[in-house]
Amino acid sequence: MASGGALKRILAGGMVLIGTAVLATAQAQAPDRLKQILDRGVVRVGVQGAFKPWSFPAPDGSMQGIEVDLGKSVAEALGVKFEPVIITSANRMQFLQQSKIDLIIGGMYDTADRRKIVGIIEPAYWTSGPTLLAKKGVIKDWKDIANKPVCGKQGNYYNKQVETELHANLIAFAGNTEAKEALRAGKCIAWVYDDVSIMADLATPDWEGYEMPVPVLYHNPWGAAVPIEEVNKGWGAFMAGMAYRWHAEGKLIELEKKWGVQPSDWFVQHQKQMKWDTGYLNPK
Amino acid sequence: MLELIAPFFRQLYERTGLNFIVFYEPYEFGRFLNGAATSVRLIFWSLLLSLGIGVLGAWTQGARSQALRVGVNAYIQAFRNTPPMIQLLFFYFGLGAFTPSVDMGGYSQPLISSFTWAIISLGIFGGAFNIEIFRAGLEAVPEATQEAAESLGFSRWQTFLYVTLPLAFRISLPALTNNLVSLAKTTSLAYVITVPEMTYVLNQVWSDNINVPEMMLLLFMFYVLVVTLLAAGLHALEHRLALPGYGQ
Repeated sequence: MASGGALKRILAGGMVLIGTAVLATAQAQAPDRLKQILDRGVVRVGVQGAFKPWSFPAPDGSMQGIEVDLGKSVAEALGVKFEPVIITSANRMQFLQQSKIDLIIGGMYDTADRRKIVGIIEPAYWTSGPTLLAKKGVIKDWKDIANKPVCGKQGNYYNKQVETELHANLIAFAGNTEAKEALRAGKCIAWVYDDVSIMADLATPDWEGYEMPVPVLYHNPWGAAVPIEEVNKGWGAFMAGMAYRWHAEGKLIELEKKWGVQPSDWFVQHQKQMKWDTGYLNPK
Repeated sequence: MLELIAPFFRQLYERTGLNFIVFYEPYEFGRFLNGAATSVRLIFWSLLLSLGIGVLGAWTQGARSQALRVGVNAYIQAFRNTPPMIQLLFFYFGLGAFTPSVDMGGYSQPLISSFTWAIISLGIFGGAFNIEIFRAGLEAVPEATQEAAESLGFSRWQTFLYVTLPLAFRISLPALTNNLVSLAKTTSLAYVITVPEMTYVLNQVWSDNINVPEMMLLLFMFYVLVVTLLAAGLHALEHRLALPGYGQ
């Protein structure tokens, strides 16, 4: 019996040793993602399929838009080929985990839950948030909606803020279509919703004579993402550098203009914040 | 009121995670009270309107003018055969576009608010059923009773008001209770045209605070309570109005 116990212990010890060795080789075998991309000569970027003007098909079938341009700038800096991969909001993080793509630039909000699954790149490259859609000239400031009826959608988390801090009479409908119909019928002075969705509406002829008169209530930044184990390695650090330069060099402001997105102060502020002051090189 | 119950519900949340925020946070408590008051007012007025329509409609069904009779029947068919939610949307968005409104600069204040539209729509919906319920009651009143009233010199309207209707009302009460209870519950649909009643308010509360199960439970209990009270009141009325030896 005693010898049997000893044998078991030796066996168990051996298994642990083997296990450790296997793990070690597995880790050694998965090379750095940045090296993989350079060896492959292609960077695969997950972008949305139909998300104008961030990422949408061009007449020739290739992808175009703000996020596609950002992806191309990454490929250019690495000296590799750019390969867009169409993702959806539901599968983009799985694609990244399964190494089907190297990077997400796909209209993804930076949230605490997502940071547990993917490596969100700081700084964020874009932003959106709740704002107003109203007839031209009616509203000049967020204060203008106090004590007036404002349409919204039931269940939006900023509804309470609109009621308690801006003192508007929120009329919340079950669906967006009804809410927008109520705005058209003049049942409310404005419609409160995410600015990206409002911009898409304004791009259609249906909403001629309407505008987005106020800046967003608060910002919901959008982050690019790399696999979570890469965020503090070469690939993550490289992407953080890219994101930093997109701000500092004014690339994002340029893209805002190029694709006709309504300019936001957020980009101007971040450019100022991140632009390195080189004034000391030429002292007066 | 809130000071009394707030400590209990706050502790309940801290200890068990059951978040009945409407019972300890002043802002949410205010919303809850407004929602409850709106619901009760909505139920009261739409039931009253449906009763009025029921009585008038049942009388018109026996009118001499054929046009009136056809009109009432068409109304019953139209409103008994369409879902109440569609009717609410039809009145608010469909007819609401043609009703006058006051321009307030950038938006217009309609003369008929969503709350009024809900009363009109639900009253008309419930009224269509009430007409048929009252008709059943009226037809159950013996011919002989009406002939007796006629021989005493009552006019057609007087016979209806003083003889037929009081008897018919008693006969109709059990079926009427059913329909009124059903109508009281249907008022929860008014949330689709943004009447801030209980369902609308609690929906907003659970979206803001992610406490869906608790607020669903509260909503359920609210309707149980309101409908129980309504049914109890109607039953009491039935007992009070019971005529000895008549249908008992």
